[in-house]
Amino acid sequence: MVDKLERFKRGLGGFFSFEVDEESPQRYDVLRRNLMILMVLVTFVPLLLMAGINYHEYRSVLQKEIVTPLRGLVNKTKHSFELFLAERVSAVSFIARAYPYEELADPQRLNRIFNVMKQEFTGFVDLGLIDANGVQVNYVGPYDLKGKDYSEQGWYHEVRVRGTYVSDVFMGYRRFPHLVIAVEQLTDRGDRWILRATIDTQRFHELIASMGLDPESDAFLVNREGVFQTPSRFYGGVLSQCPLPVPRVSYQADVIEAVDPNGRPVFVAYAHLVHPGFVLMVVKPRAQVLQAWTTLKSELLLLFFGGTALIFLVVYKLTGILVRKIREADERREAAFREMQHHHKLSSIGRLAAGVAHEINNPLAIINEKAGLMKDIIEHTPDFPKREKFLALVQAILQSVDRCRNITHRLLGFARRMDVQIEVLDLNDVIGEVLGFLEKEALYRNIDLRLQLAENLPRIASDRGQLQQVLLNILNNAFAAVDDGGIVSITTWDADLDRVAVSIQDNGHGMNQETLKHIFEPFFTTKKGYGTGLGLPITYGIVKKLGGCIEVQSEEGRGTTFTVYLPKKPPEFTKE
Amino acid sequence: MEGLRVLLVDDEVEFVSTLAERLEIRGMEVLVASDGEEALRRVQEEPLDVVVLDVRMPGLGGLDVLKRIKEMKPDLPVILLTGHSATRDGIEGMRLGAFDYLMKPLDIETLMAKMKEACAGR
Repeated sequence: MVDKLERFKRGLGGFFSFEVDEESPQRYDVLRRNLMILMVLVTFVPLLLMAGINYHEYRSVLQKEIVTPLRGLVNKTKHSFELFLAERVSAVSFIARAYPYEELADPQRLNRIFNVMKQEFTGFVDLGLIDANGVQVNYVGPYDLKGKDYSEQGWYHEVRVRGTYVSDVFMGYRRFPHLVIAVEQLTDRGDRWILRATIDTQRFHELIASMGLDPESDAFLVNREGVFQTPSRFYGGVLSQCPLPVPRVSYQADVIEAVDPNGRPVFVAYAHLVHPGFVLMVVKPRAQVLQAWTTLKSELLLLFFGGTALIFLVVYKLTGILVRKIREADERREAAFREMQHHHKLSSIGRLAAGVAHEINNPLAIINEKAGLMKDIIEHTPDFPKREKFLALVQAILQSVDRCRNITHRLLGFARRMDVQIEVLDLNDVIGEVLGFLEKEALYRNIDLRLQLAENLPRIASDRGQLQQVLLNILNNAFAAVDDGGIVSITTWDADLDRVAVSIQDNGHGMNQETLKHIFEPFFTTKKGYGTGLGLPITYGIVKKLGGCIEVQSEEGRGTTFTVYLPKKPPEFTKE
Repeated sequence: MEGLRVLLVDDEVEFVSTLAERLEIRGMEVLVASDGEEALRRVQEEPLDVVVLDVRMPGLGGLDVLKRIKEMKPDLPVILLTGHSATRDGIEGMRLGAFDYLMKPLDIETLMAKMKEACAGR
């Protein structure tokens, strides 16, 4: 287990390590990926946490803000209902106690009492007196209900048990919802009688209307069995079954969440009335209740995603720039390193070459003198046998010595033991001098020499002989690269404040990238058989020494362009 | 120009002897020395018109020999032989009073011309 954990940690460390393999070609991609992951994590995680915390905080606060007034409203309305019913119950109770049975049994008397009651308390519809046998003996109201026998009805038994009774809403004979209040009293002789009043529930509607609910919300009374006591805006009329479950008993207003039959998530605020067993329910669609919250939430989400997008963008760009800079720095360092290596190689090879050249020069001098002496003898001896033959042989030896001498002198030249003689000169003149050597060949091979020499080219301080060497080397290569009838262009221009430039362009066979890498290395040659591989290294060395630089562009089959930049002021030449 | 007395100094015996012979064919009187000491002795003892001196020698080097010759006989012209026309040896030699310097391997006609030139001033 511990082992596994260790391995996981190591794997993770490896994944996020910035110690990437120096040689891996994907190292910059890996570096960038790791940087991005780290930066995104560092910025994104706190953002996510903050967004999450805010979300929950706002949600709970808002819910409280919305739910609390709803609860207050329900409580207040519930009290109104209780008060309304309690007043009616008290009124009936008062009459039952204040008047003896005999008085109430008098139709005129009852009629008068009823009229007073109607004036004092709204909502009473009728009033009836029921004797111990359950028969209505006296009645005031719009219907002829005198003599009706209630002894078989449920409410009659209930009032006999509990003393007072408030019925659920029912339709009764009159086809509109009303409820019954009944109060039991005893006569002096101990006979039971009941005073029964009917109230229409119009007043309930008024109470609900006074809540001032918006059109999307609903409020109604149900009894404990969930039967509507007042009509609902959305869920059914009076006495139909409420589709929402009756919440558990709570006399204090409470809020629960539910889903209504239309599938809307709703808040249900409710409170049970103490007496009778009604429940006041207010239904509000959740979406509406939390509208403010939803708005806030979408703003929060927008902010979050906007922020995230911004973070990603910035991280992406930033890591891009960063890794590019690193890459450039690496490449510069590598280039500098390569340059240094190149220099080192050149100078060590140069030293070696110089040593070899010196050593070879001595035997070469001996061969030269011996052959020279032979020649002298042949020339000074009349009648030398086979004179012509020997002279030709000696001449061949001397020519070979001459070739060897040229090679050793070039080697020594490559060793950069040459002295620089600075003079102020016109680069265009030097080009003219060099072309003097080559015009014959150009003519012979029908090579198109195109000169674009800048007029008023600033004069520069440099070494004429060495510049000639440089230009000759490059031009020789250009001539070797083109076929007969090819084009060689020479262009000079004032490159910048400190430098002038000359470019030599040919439309010859060009070089591939591999060759291009090696052209300044000594003894590298593509001229099989007759190249020394020293021309361009010497050229490179001279240009460096003159404080200039040299650039090559080449495309296989399209040609090559050498560009030499030379300083206008004399280079600070340091003697070896 | 005939009869110039020349001292050739070089540690390569084959080189000096052959060169001496060639110069003699061309009518010069040639003395040879194969090291610095011998060369100085010859300069001391013999009347000479010109000295041809190799810069690179074991023992007493060419430039040291040149200095001593100039101390002994400041008017005696010395032509140096160097590995390369533009080495510091050559330049240094010129500074020390050499008449000129020539590259090995030599062209005999050039050497002759230089020697004549050197002696013409005397």
